[in-house]
Amino acid sequence: MLVEIGHFALILAMLVALVQGTVPLVGASVRSRALMDLARPAALLQFGMVALAFAVFMHAHIISDFSVRNVFENSHTAKPMLYKVTGVWGSHEGSMMLWVVMLTLFGGLVAVFGRALPASLRARTLAIQGLLGFGTLLFIIATSNPFDRLFPTSADGRDLNPLLQDPGLAFHPPFLYFGYVGFSITYSFAIAALIEGRVGAQWARWVRPWALVAWCGLTIGIALGSWWAYYVLGWGGWWYWDPVENASFMPWLLGTALLHSAAVVEKRETLQRWTVLLAILTFGMSLIGTFLVRSGVLTSVHSFAVDPTRGVFILALIAVVIGGGLLLYAFRAPGLETGNPFAPVSREGALVFNNLLLCAGMATVFLGTFYPLFAEVWSGVKLSVGPQFFDATFVPILMPGIVAMVIGPVLAWRRGDLAAALRRLSPALVGALLAPVVVFLLARTAPPAALAGVALAVWAMLGVLTDLADRSGLARLPLRAAWRRLRHLPRGTWGYALAHFGVGVLIAGIVVSTAWRSERIESMHAGDTLEIAGRTLHFVGVTEGDVANYHVERAQILVERPGAAAITLYPERRWYPVARSQTTNTAITTNGFGDLYLALGDRDGQGGWVLRAYYNPLVPWIWFGAVLAALGGLLSLSDRRLRMRLPAARAPGAVAARAADS
Amino acid sequence: MILRLLFAAVLLLVIEQPSVHAVEPAERLADPTLEARARGLSKELRCLVCQNQSIDESNADLAHDLRLLLRQRLVAGDTDQQVLDYIAARYGVFVLLDPPFAPLTWVLWLTPPVLVLGGGGLLLLRARRRRLEPPVPELSREESARAALLLGDQR
Repeated sequence: MLVEIGHFALILAMLVALVQGTVPLVGASVRSRALMDLARPAALLQFGMVALAFAVFMHAHIISDFSVRNVFENSHTAKPMLYKVTGVWGSHEGSMMLWVVMLTLFGGLVAVFGRALPASLRARTLAIQGLLGFGTLLFIIATSNPFDRLFPTSADGRDLNPLLQDPGLAFHPPFLYFGYVGFSITYSFAIAALIEGRVGAQWARWVRPWALVAWCGLTIGIALGSWWAYYVLGWGGWWYWDPVENASFMPWLLGTALLHSAAVVEKRETLQRWTVLLAILTFGMSLIGTFLVRSGVLTSVHSFAVDPTRGVFILALIAVVIGGGLLLYAFRAPGLETGNPFAPVSREGALVFNNLLLCAGMATVFLGTFYPLFAEVWSGVKLSVGPQFFDATFVPILMPGIVAMVIGPVLAWRRGDLAAALRRLSPALVGALLAPVVVFLLARTAPPAALAGVALAVWAMLGVLTDLADRSGLARLPLRAAWRRLRHLPRGTWGYALAHFGVGVLIAGIVVSTAWRSERIESMHAGDTLEIAGRTLHFVGVTEGDVANYHVERAQILVERPGAAAITLYPERRWYPVARSQTTNTAITTNGFGDLYLALGDRDGQGGWVLRAYYNPLVPWIWFGAVLAALGGLLSLSDRRLRMRLPAARAPGAVAARAADS
Repeated sequence: MILRLLFAAVLLLVIEQPSVHAVEPAERLADPTLEARARGLSKELRCLVCQNQSIDESNADLAHDLRLLLRQRLVAGDTDQQVLDYIAARYGVFVLLDPPFAPLTWVLWLTPPVLVLGGGGLLLLRARRRRLEPPVPELSREESARAALLLGDQR
């Protein structure tokens, strides 16, 4: 009965979405306040209905109601409760439900926080969001109904893919989807602005917080996903250029570009058209990412053909959202006001340059991800595009962007002075040139690419510090005055500093862990020892046992290091009999500057076990950097100047302060 | 099928080792330079039965077989390229993770540089055109008089 209520709530939500997507649009064009104001209660109601349906679906998973097909296919009575809850979004149907929950949540948030918006813009934005909700709900109800019943019911389920029974994977989809779907709001704002025919500083001020929120979610989601891949796959890698990873990376790249170009629109009233285009494409990439991964088309064209209803529906949805958006853009963009001019060397210029590189990088990832598909359709030849392609194309494209990322914030708006900017950044410049020399003297075998990477990382980190010191007047003022100025820098400035510093930390982690990683793979018997990165590993032995829904083989390894207390690590392998699959559970110990990473391999057939041991220097910095970047985003979000309920007319003092810091 | 079996038999003869998986200690070549080349090559070959993994990081039997095969070719004196060609000829180009520059992949390899250079060129051209636009001409005396009249002299 409860399940039917959930199903019914989902259908109601779809009908509400249809009303939300049409009536306020009509209202906005005939200037009827009553019709426009329907958008807000509709958005809240739609969210309420979807949340109810989601709660019912989750309840079915928690009580293991195997009369629901989705629960039967993805759950098991012996599965731990945590994974009964997070298993909700482990399947196709469940992940679509999570998607639509986020979509309607954002609609609801705009309805609540968007009081300061002009009535027509708010009505149109919520209407577009309603239409997106309608399309997704129609897709769910027509092709991926989570409330499908199973008759006769089964006594037990088939269990969730064991790889998904892990905290990292359990929690990263909500963040990822929060990010993906967050960009639906910037899309809706962009379409609404195109209908209105006006994109100005005020519009950018309303859009930027949403882009920031989505971007932070996506950043955390990608970082969690990569961390999961790192500790679960057992090879010490953290990014595989897998289509699933690329699917989340493409909207992230465009979202980063969007974030920055929206700032230009807000501060300088230029790049309006470009920003609107980016808003459309970013959400387009989110859609392509989630849905194409979900449809299975990337693994093989054939899996797409097996279930053509879903695939065709998805393609139609994507075509309408992206195609419709671009068509509207083509008609309305020429009518938007042209921006204020600026010189190529200026803060705008640097941002445009980074936008270009981010977009070219995104296109490269897109091409690399989809090329095998295109090639197979054209020529029938199946080919692979592996990490080597992305290393050879994407990485060099983004490298000049890192250089510009440091210079841009130091340049003046409109017309900058490159020589003066470099002079201001001279401490960072010296550091960036010296660091690779020092590294080379310490490690003669360092590859040139690693040296370049070290230079970039130091440049990014020192660049931010130099800029902060400069802004606080550290060289000119007494220390206390400088400290006070530093503390009173706007939160937006701190946000930028934290985020850009995080990028430097991230690059350091990537470069150092790739170039200076050590690896030992040996056959170990009880009592054997292994040396790696100054540590001695004593292989004590392997014990076996049955836990919850799996069988475990656990190795005990004593790690000794001169001058430090010995620790014991337990890498394990698990066998899930119901799902008939094996997982590796690595044992990792970190000191913040490097990870000792142990993975238990197979039996070697002679009474021993294969042990894979890695020492990954600075690898934790990859995730520290990503977290810093996301925190930077959140800090910017808390800047008073970005809050939604900002009064339309500013106090003169606020304007002066703004002019001073920009 | 018979070929595959023959092939496996030959392999067993060439490199005697127990049946194990992954980048196993037992697969390793004695010569460290050859082994280093083998590791490099195994990162460029796809494990055909896995989800997007190279044979360097896969437990599958096929990955194991391919690792042995490429080491066998290296021992026989093949260059890296010859090894890749040898394996691609038998398993298809799908096995190559680093797509070769061939007519089928021209678009793949050329698009990224074209995008960056083309996009950059376009932006520079726009910036120059803007700068080359003639400055707004000064108003003539009659024109400023008319403008003052239209705006209503406020002094």
